Amino acid sequence: MTIGIGGWGSRRKPMALVRALARSDVRDLTVVTYGGPDLGLLCAAGKVRKAYYGFVSLDSPPFYDPWFAAARTSGSIEVREMDEGMVKCGLEAAAARLPFLPIRAGLGSAVREFWGDELRTVDSPYPDADGRTETLVAMPALDLDVALVHLDLADVHGNAAYTGVDPYFDDLFCAAAQRRFLETDRVVETEELVESVEVQRLLLNRMNVDRVIHAPNGAHFTFAGEYRRDEAFQKHYAASAADPDSWTAFREHFLDVDEQTYQERVVEWTRERAEQKEAASV
Amino acid sequence: MSDVPRAETCVIACAEIFSGAGEIMASPMATTPLIGARLARLTTEPDLLITDGEALIFADTPAVGKSAPIEGWMPFRKVFDVVASGRRHVVMGANQIDRYGNQNLSAFGPLQHPKRQMFGVRGAPGNTINHPTSYWVAKHSTRVFTESVDIVSGVGYDNVDPDNPAFRFLHIHRVVTNLGVFDFGGPDHTFRALSLHPGVTADEVAENTGFEVVGLADAGETRAPTEEELSLIRETIDPTGLREKEVRPVDAAGVSR
Repeated sequence: MTIGIGGWGSRRKPMALVRALARSDVRDLTVVTYGGPDLGLLCAAGKVRKAYYGFVSLDSPPFYDPWFAAARTSGSIEVREMDEGMVKCGLEAAAARLPFLPIRAGLGSAVREFWGDELRTVDSPYPDADGRTETLVAMPALDLDVALVHLDLADVHGNAAYTGVDPYFDDLFCAAAQRRFLETDRVVETEELVESVEVQRLLLNRMNVDRVIHAPNGAHFTFAGEYRRDEAFQKHYAASAADPDSWTAFREHFLDVDEQTYQERVVEWTRERAEQKEAASV
Repeated sequence: MSDVPRAETCVIACAEIFSGAGEIMASPMATTPLIGARLARLTTEPDLLITDGEALIFADTPAVGKSAPIEGWMPFRKVFDVVASGRRHVVMGANQIDRYGNQNLSAFGPLQHPKRQMFGVRGAPGNTINHPTSYWVAKHSTRVFTESVDIVSGVGYDNVDPDNPAFRFLHIHRVVTNLGVFDFGGPDHTFRALSLHPGVTADEVAENTGFEVVGLADAGETRAPTEEELSLIRETIDPTGLREKEVRPVDAAGVSR
């Protein structure tokens, strides 16, 4: 199964759905993403067979995701690494039901080697003013079986809005997919949705969404429109990957549990950490 | 020895990356080039567009890490439109750069089984093929300036197909390091020294570069900042001295403190 995951790096990732996927018995996933800890958690759970991405970043120190790095350096996943702009281009091709779209990005770079025969070029049928033919990358459509996205606000029908500064590419992920799962911090009546944001923020409509999942704080530990990234917890995640014992402890405490328990344990962890800090400073 | 701290010389060199850039988006990806871009905007290049690094275009030119009134919106999806339009000059970092300007920030080792994983290629292929690109290297060493890069993220001149007009926008403008200012103006677009920072010797550059540097013996000295530039750097753009976290002061013996 090919799944696209919305958001960007460690920003508005559908982490509640990613955690659910990590707990499930789904395997052999092909993942399309602007990668962050979403891809990391799925690599940690051994779910990923192949990955299509423009980058993988935690967006703050230590920047490189430890589980993606481990999957790469052990050679356990096959990758189709590409320029960031090629991800957008491939989703747009899929959204328009086109087999490819031409793009300059990728020419002359190792992207060609990451993809081999899977990435080809296309010659323009229109020569330039000097009679020369421009040859471009023919970015194939990134057709998705499933898209997972997180938006801040939605109604039960799948109308949904972002409230932060950036829509990222969540509408494109949904438009490129057969089955579209939207998690949201707040489910409200349609009337309240459209009255509480400018119309330009209504990124998804009913045609783009199959299921709406109410997941308060669901993007945690990435940020969403109405809360910041949990930097301390993200650091804890990254540090826990350092050895098998610390990861087992992290996994058992935070991942082998349902979403509500996860959220309760994050609150508890944050409180304990604050108390320890206070005790240390006395 | 100059009494100007090395970090400030680097800022001047980064500001000059944008000389004559006009009304385009300046996209610096590290502290020193960010200070440089803002310095250029406050002196000779007022029409540059700069952002908060996330999604907002600044109307004013704030200090590093500070906010300012905005003049527009630039979410990531619109950044890719700007990249394709060519109206941008990016200053990226680099884990490796070779003599033809190929750059790597992706990973070390084989493509499908790397020894060390970094970011992946990010926007480097699209940046280099579409619009002016420069590089900032805070620690000039043979590890960075290497005979050949492991993974070509940023496209270098020897990967240009001269028969394909799709490559016509590739332009690697400058490489600024803690040691000097360089470009790819040597024979066949090879790495060339334009100036060395005050106190830096040709031997020091040669020892820290994994290939021959064209024009090294003849390179002049990077210019000193003006009084206006010094006060803008020290009082307006970087009052807390973040630039010295990237480039440490150098003592009389040429050793970083």
